[in-house]
Amino acid sequence: MGRYLLRRLLQLVPVFIGTTFLIYWLVWSVPGDPFAGKCGDRGCPENFRAVMTAKYHLDDSIWLQYASYMKNLFQGDFGITFGGREISDIILTSYPNTLKLAVVALAIEAAIGLGAGVLTGLRRNGFLDNLVLVSTLFLIALPVFVIGFVLQWLLGVNWHIVHPTVSSEMRITELLLPGFVLGSASTAYVARVARTSIAENRRADYVRTAIAKGLPMRRVVGVHLLRNSLIPVVTLLGTDLGALMGGAIITEGIFGINGIGRQVLRAIVTKESATVVGIVVVLVVVYLVMNLLVDLLYAALDPRIRYE
Amino acid sequence: MSDILVSEQSAPGADGSGRPSGRLLEVDDLRVEFRTRDGVAKVINGVTYHVDAGETLAVLGESGSGKSVTAQTIMGILDTPPGFVTGGQVRFHGKDMLKMSAEQRRRIRGEGIAMIFQDSLSALNPVFTVGFQIAEQFRVRRGMSRSDAKKRAIEMLDQVKIPNAKGRFSNYPHQFSGGMRQRAMIAMSLALDPEVLIADEPTTALDVTVQAQIMDLLGELQRERQMGMILITHDLGVVADVADRIAVMYAGRIVEEANVYDLYAKPAHPYTLGLLNSIPRLDEKGQELRTIKGLPPNLMNIPSGCPFNPRCPMAQPVCREKLPPLLQIGSGRASACHFAEELVNRD
Amino acid sequence: MSDPSAASLVSTPRPEQPSEAGAPVNAGLPESAQKQQKPRGLLGDAWIDLRRKPLFWISATLIVIFVLMAAFPSLFTSGDAVNGALSRSQVKPSADAWFGYDVQGRDVFARTIYGARASIMVALLSVIGTLLIGGTMGIIAGYRGGWVDALLSRIADIFFGLPFVLGSIVILTTFNGSGSDNNEWTIMGLVIMSLTVLSWPVVMRLMRSSVLATKEADYIVAARALGAGTGRIILKHLLPNCLAPLLVYGTIMVGSFIGAEATLSFLGIGLKTPVVSWGIMISEAQNYIRVSPYLLFFPAAFLVTAVLSFVMLGEAVREALDPKLR
Repeated sequence: MGRYLLRRLLQLVPVFIGTTFLIYWLVWSVPGDPFAGKCGDRGCPENFRAVMTAKYHLDDSIWLQYASYMKNLFQGDFGITFGGREISDIILTSYPNTLKLAVVALAIEAAIGLGAGVLTGLRRNGFLDNLVLVSTLFLIALPVFVIGFVLQWLLGVNWHIVHPTVSSEMRITELLLPGFVLGSASTAYVARVARTSIAENRRADYVRTAIAKGLPMRRVVGVHLLRNSLIPVVTLLGTDLGALMGGAIITEGIFGINGIGRQVLRAIVTKESATVVGIVVVLVVVYLVMNLLVDLLYAALDPRIRYE
Repeated sequence: MSDILVSEQSAPGADGSGRPSGRLLEVDDLRVEFRTRDGVAKVINGVTYHVDAGETLAVLGESGSGKSVTAQTIMGILDTPPGFVTGGQVRFHGKDMLKMSAEQRRRIRGEGIAMIFQDSLSALNPVFTVGFQIAEQFRVRRGMSRSDAKKRAIEMLDQVKIPNAKGRFSNYPHQFSGGMRQRAMIAMSLALDPEVLIADEPTTALDVTVQAQIMDLLGELQRERQMGMILITHDLGVVADVADRIAVMYAGRIVEEANVYDLYAKPAHPYTLGLLNSIPRLDEKGQELRTIKGLPPNLMNIPSGCPFNPRCPMAQPVCREKLPPLLQIGSGRASACHFAEELVNRD
Repeated sequence: MSDPSAASLVSTPRPEQPSEAGAPVNAGLPESAQKQQKPRGLLGDAWIDLRRKPLFWISATLIVIFVLMAAFPSLFTSGDAVNGALSRSQVKPSADAWFGYDVQGRDVFARTIYGARASIMVALLSVIGTLLIGGTMGIIAGYRGGWVDALLSRIADIFFGLPFVLGSIVILTTFNGSGSDNNEWTIMGLVIMSLTVLSWPVVMRLMRSSVLATKEADYIVAARALGAGTGRIILKHLLPNCLAPLLVYGTIMVGSFIGAEATLSFLGIGLKTPVVSWGIMISEAQNYIRVSPYLLFFPAAFLVTAVLSFVMLGEAVREALDPKLR
């Protein structure tokens, strides 16, 4: 296990460098003049140019620039915006909001997806089963912004069931709708994977053994069947947290949540390259680490898997 | 929920009046069919057998003869759908289990009747330790504490002669060898001290040397505990040492029932004769094996008359018209062949 | 998504004949014998299965309609999708203009019809690009193995590590920022490129595992032993066997790319007016949602139907190809 972990961590390094370099290169280097259109309509002030050029070594080759940027990054220095604000500060204020939203989405995914999946997996071809199949098809097919708009308009604007936007306090109740919207496609995937998994395992020999042992049905389903069927579902959920945070841009935009996605979008509009790179780096790290954790979790859940 | 998880639906055709007979476990005129997309397969067509405390009944037959399905019906783990009980009774201590509530039946499982499955690798839950799966019964059914249950589970592993039982308690099924895993399976089924043990081809998946060890262990435990045992097998060799009585099944029926000695010496059904003849013998080395010609019948379309008639070397016109009932011939044995007497009396 | 779920949605009586996915049984036979048996292969069985599914016919019909719409929009409408008269601004749907007029006074029905072209073209071209790049990389990685596999897999990981929306935002703002004056074809190319660049790793993984699974199959080993060259083995043996999952994934991907294109247009970094696309229409309509919800409704409904058609078709084909579900 230790060696496997080490190997996986070593594999992460080139991927991390590759992804971040790609972003860095796209944002800073491709447009030619790194300051072209970077400071809004009026162009960049001379002293800002000087400061930034010095700070990011913009006179050096892209490789050196990237290296020094990474060096700073690992010391917690994400750089500053042209307004003089610490980018780490922006990340620190917006990151928790996105995390909160993503966690709410994940919880909704787990609850609805797993519930629907288990119910339909146990009882296939009933009314509920078909309902779930059709609705998951819709959730998978609909782009997030369509679901977001429709639900915001119906529940928020038309029926006044919820407040259409989220306040800065980020109450959990306010986050339920955005969380559902953000996790909608994943909820559908979780439901389908859980359904298939349960349906496949339901007739497994060990379930029959558990029944033959005279265990109560609750225990047969809740312990023996569920424990086996959950393995692929947990994997899916784990991988999803990273993806949810990276995909929160649209949901945050629709519901006015001051999260990391909104900051990226704002930074792109106002052309603050350093902010874009910093946030994307953070998201990539989260994504990569979550994938690694899921792999390890997989081993913990299924004793048959041994990593060499 | 329409599947094995709740397959304890009562049989529509059964009359329900359980006649107390003092038998431990009786299967009486049991009928089961599988309703599939392609049609209805009549898998069990009136099976009757019984087992008493301290005796071993071997149920012999080819795959598809219905021997395992009968066992599954007794345990209440028949896959429903496609399997449906359409008639007959399964009486435990004289009470028809097919009429019982799900909860009543559940209480009998493990404690009254327990079962050993063929493929221990798939029958044991891969994600729990073997110890957990044994101790689970003590905790759930006996309400024992975690540590007491563990102690009892280790005792059980010890009883089935698993070396280093304490150490192996926390191993997973895939970490056991096939023989050891089958021993663990036996320990699990005996945990609640059942009165009847159904062993469904317990040695088929094992090496020949291990097979003998497992059969010896089973026989020993059965005698010690005075259990009734139903040993399901297709292997005549396995049966001889352990069984008291043998029931031979064909196409969902018992075609012959006799004690071991009579059955081997003078089979009273051509099918049994065919089975015995097809055992390879050392003194006939080099000769062609004598097999039963033809294939087992299609259960969606069982031949009229005696279902064995298309494959039977002795078949007469009457065999194609009349289904021979299972009749007593002599003491303690029965045969479902029109020519049973002739068979027994010939030399 | 790799589940045989939509079972009951698209269920039919199972055909009697078993099929052989994975490895064709006749692989060891000489070429001429193989040719003769081909019609009754996997695809033949799948077709027999598909023909009985109502869902297949519904989604296939819808797709044909959408493709016709994209190719010959004038068949469906005589309206003008680009020019409007402000006097008709936000006129509600009527017999005259079924879907009403938008803020610029343009015929929403005509625009919705013409919108199919950009949406479907972008999606189709992106899928072709993704399948070509991902498929090639996957075959090379799976077939060559070793350091080539390791290198290509890491490169795929790099692109896989970029969250989709975020990645396309970065790519598109870099090349297609608000200051740039790209023409509509360049923009379309950029959108296609960003979708392709961010999606190929998935196809590569699919293809790679498919190749790995079939590479060691006896009939491939036999073909190699008989002296078949690498190119021939890949073309004649590996590719046909890996095609089924690719086909299914590609169909579903068309659906999700239609949605992705709309998302990018919605964010204002994808296609832009005067190009007509459903995403642009939805994006423009969002500000008038309280006054004229139909402006949002019609393009959204077309978008959703198109996406659903492709996803459903993919699911139906997957089910037909999966012998486990028979």
